[in-house]
Amino acid sequence: MGPVGQSTEGSMAIENDVLVIGGGVAAVASALAARETGADVRLIAHKQSTLRQASGLIDVLGYHPADADDDASRTEPIVDPFEAIEEVPEGHPYERVGAGAVRAGLDLFDDVVGDAYVGGHTDRNALVPTHGGAVKPTARYPASAAAGVASDDRDAFFVGFKSVPGFDALVAADHLRAAGVPFDVRGATIEFPGDLRDDAKLTRYAHLLDRNDAVEVDGRSRPVRQALAERVEERLSGHERVGFPAILGDDHPAEVREALSDLLGAEVFEVPMGPPSLPGMRLSDMLFEALEDAGVRVTTGNPVVDFEADGDRVDRVIAEHTASRVPYRAEQYVLATGGLVGKGIQSDRERVYEPIFDLPVPQPEDRYDWFEEGAFDDHPFARFGVPIDRETRPLDADDEPAYENLRAAGAVVGGYDFAAEKSGSGISLATGYAAGSEAGDRA
Amino acid sequence: MSDAETSDDFDVTTDSTTGDDEFEPVQVFPETEEMDLRPGSDDCYKCSTCDTNCPVAEVDDDFPGPKFQGPEQWRLKRKEDQDIDDSIDKCSNCMRCDSACPSDVPLSQMHNTARGEYVENQMDKLSQEYVRNRILSNYNFFAGLASKVPRLANFVTGLSVTQWAGEKVLGVTSEREFPEFAEQTFREWWTERGGAQVHNPDKRVAYFHGCYSNYNTPEVGKAMVEVFEEFGYEVMVPEQGCSGTPMFANGMLDDARRHAETNVENLVAAIGEGADVIASCTSCSLSLRQEYPELFDIHGIDDVAEHTYEALEYLRIHEDLASELEGTEVDFPDLAYHAPCHARNQGLDGQAIEMIDRIDGVDAEDVGDSCSGISGTYGWKVEKYDLSMQIGEEMFDHMESAEGDVGMTECPTCAMQMGHGTGYEIKHPLEVLDAALVSEDTSRP
Repeated sequence: MGPVGQSTEGSMAIENDVLVIGGGVAAVASALAARETGADVRLIAHKQSTLRQASGLIDVLGYHPADADDDASRTEPIVDPFEAIEEVPEGHPYERVGAGAVRAGLDLFDDVVGDAYVGGHTDRNALVPTHGGAVKPTARYPASAAAGVASDDRDAFFVGFKSVPGFDALVAADHLRAAGVPFDVRGATIEFPGDLRDDAKLTRYAHLLDRNDAVEVDGRSRPVRQALAERVEERLSGHERVGFPAILGDDHPAEVREALSDLLGAEVFEVPMGPPSLPGMRLSDMLFEALEDAGVRVTTGNPVVDFEADGDRVDRVIAEHTASRVPYRAEQYVLATGGLVGKGIQSDRERVYEPIFDLPVPQPEDRYDWFEEGAFDDHPFARFGVPIDRETRPLDADDEPAYENLRAAGAVVGGYDFAAEKSGSGISLATGYAAGSEAGDRA
Repeated sequence: MSDAETSDDFDVTTDSTTGDDEFEPVQVFPETEEMDLRPGSDDCYKCSTCDTNCPVAEVDDDFPGPKFQGPEQWRLKRKEDQDIDDSIDKCSNCMRCDSACPSDVPLSQMHNTARGEYVENQMDKLSQEYVRNRILSNYNFFAGLASKVPRLANFVTGLSVTQWAGEKVLGVTSEREFPEFAEQTFREWWTERGGAQVHNPDKRVAYFHGCYSNYNTPEVGKAMVEVFEEFGYEVMVPEQGCSGTPMFANGMLDDARRHAETNVENLVAAIGEGADVIASCTSCSLSLRQEYPELFDIHGIDDVAEHTYEALEYLRIHEDLASELEGTEVDFPDLAYHAPCHARNQGLDGQAIEMIDRIDGVDAEDVGDSCSGISGTYGWKVEKYDLSMQIGEEMFDHMESAEGDVGMTECPTCAMQMGHGTGYEIKHPLEVLDAALVSEDTSRP
């Protein structure tokens, strides 16, 4: 329904040195890296960041890419992702930008999140239990999840809530025991104190705990943290650490955790969840605050839908302001619009394509070859995205940079399966850093 | 804007007319005369981002949230004899779900159509609630009457007996003070000054002032005219009705349509004379740009949507506003700025601060992304008042902790709420621009 094709002639463009298109980890890393070079930077995102759906874990490389030598090396979690990065196949984003960019991207991340995150003390992956009871190899994790790591041999107790179906404490505990973690783990499902509606938003729980509001329990009014601790304590039987679904506070998670730990006499941690995800929301807030502090201009709510080129340079991109088309201009552009889920890569019944610049996306011609039979097979679609050169510039059909001043970062880049490798955030930070600093230097 | 389809440009049977007999899943639903919200409903992947953004669900446990009100209720409605759930009435139409949805589901369009259907088929037209909602959403009509006798109207609405009766008889909260009517409306001022002072067939804008800057805050309208004339624009002020915002929020779609027909006709005429349409109220601009084409099929309505802009947005695109403001100086109090939800929805939440940063002598601080809670007529209803203030609490707190003791926003009802919660005087960004670009101009030697 958009007014496609309507000219923007006669319009001034909104101008900056560097324009970053997108709103996730890759876009924020690009914008911050570009800003560090002194460039004047704008980030333009279609909607609120989809980071709010992310687990908040920052994976760098958890498993070997699918074309690693043998099956065993693909099913064993990687201990040191930096060693493994040296061996990724040609064309993989890590091969394109190199381990230096991965470290620089992580440094940038560590600076932004400060002590809200853990993991920077070592190159080795941590093993963090997830809400399904799997153990995920990851490089950085929220401080709230720290006491839950699987390498810790203290016995653990999981608490789930009847009204929060995204985390089944018993199932998660069973799975972890079956995975052979070096500690005993049990679980219980309880009612959250206070009478929230059955499908109350997770933010309702988080804000109740943030404010420590009073709730009614058995006709008595008591602060929610205390009421919750009392319910858990009855079942705790000496476990030294207690895991909750990640709903322990939105604005003051550390304070909520500390208060519950004190009340329970056991260390409290959060188990990262699927969407909507409080750790994702907290991370999103931290990253966007960092943009504001760094003086990056942020525009959200306007999708970039089109562009105009001047020879081999992108001259301007066109954003839809509700129903009208508005040009944005910069010296350098970074495309960080996400992959198939984030809609930086789209597909219809004929083809897979990159919707703004129509950059080539390698794909099997027949769409029945886009996927394999089994759910966890090695699907071609998982690698769909734009190929890039070593300066992160998307390539055209002749393997030449499509535009001299256009770079790409994050999931819009192809050639890797982030879900299988557990490499999503690491690639976003590394390519974001590389694309942003190159763009900033040249702007 | 959502990628929802309306009946006039979406034909589910298109593929079947190609003569190709191969099965296509899009063919299984019959052709529809109504708005087809199925593509939008299918786009929902249940991430619940909308729910965690909903300011009403945050404070009202009886409200099931936008995901239910939108795609889920739409699906339920495919069954015969399925009533609209009456919780639709609790949605304040802030439209934050629209700007939150990562999948472009047309949530507010779904809410608006469901609410319209609810009011038409399930609401008792003699109930106090219906009458009250009808009156609130037709503010334009009553303000028009009141502005004929502004002093009397202000006197009467200011009486505690009026407020008492308003609450008891109509269900309009007595906690709020009625907005004061200006002694001279914007349109009266416009006529008195002899209309446009700048004539320029190449640079024309048609001003959609809306009800509030006409009847209550004509200073905003005057600032708009002065700033645009300073940039050499010929300002046109076409005949106009209400943008429809309060009517959508109350499910009064017939009233909204009537006004839309007038507005579209007159604005299309102005566009024909080379004008773009400018609004100073972000709910008015949102309505013309998004809700109009989503809800109505009126000749020229897409033209209006494509040519409508918010005032500051327009100047940023068509003038080098940033450079013009650089180095200007004003004597203006520091400002605590609240971005209205409807500005956020148009991607305009950052622009006021970005522009005012360039002016010397004034500091504007963003008080965060919470909703003010009033959502037009919502906070005026006696049963919603407390919720409305609960939603607004975060904004009030942030305003109090901001440097400035004067508020700023583009939305007239957000301004009411900001003033009501903090006692601050509230300005519009155009008034700051007016001071920087025009008033200071005249004081220069």
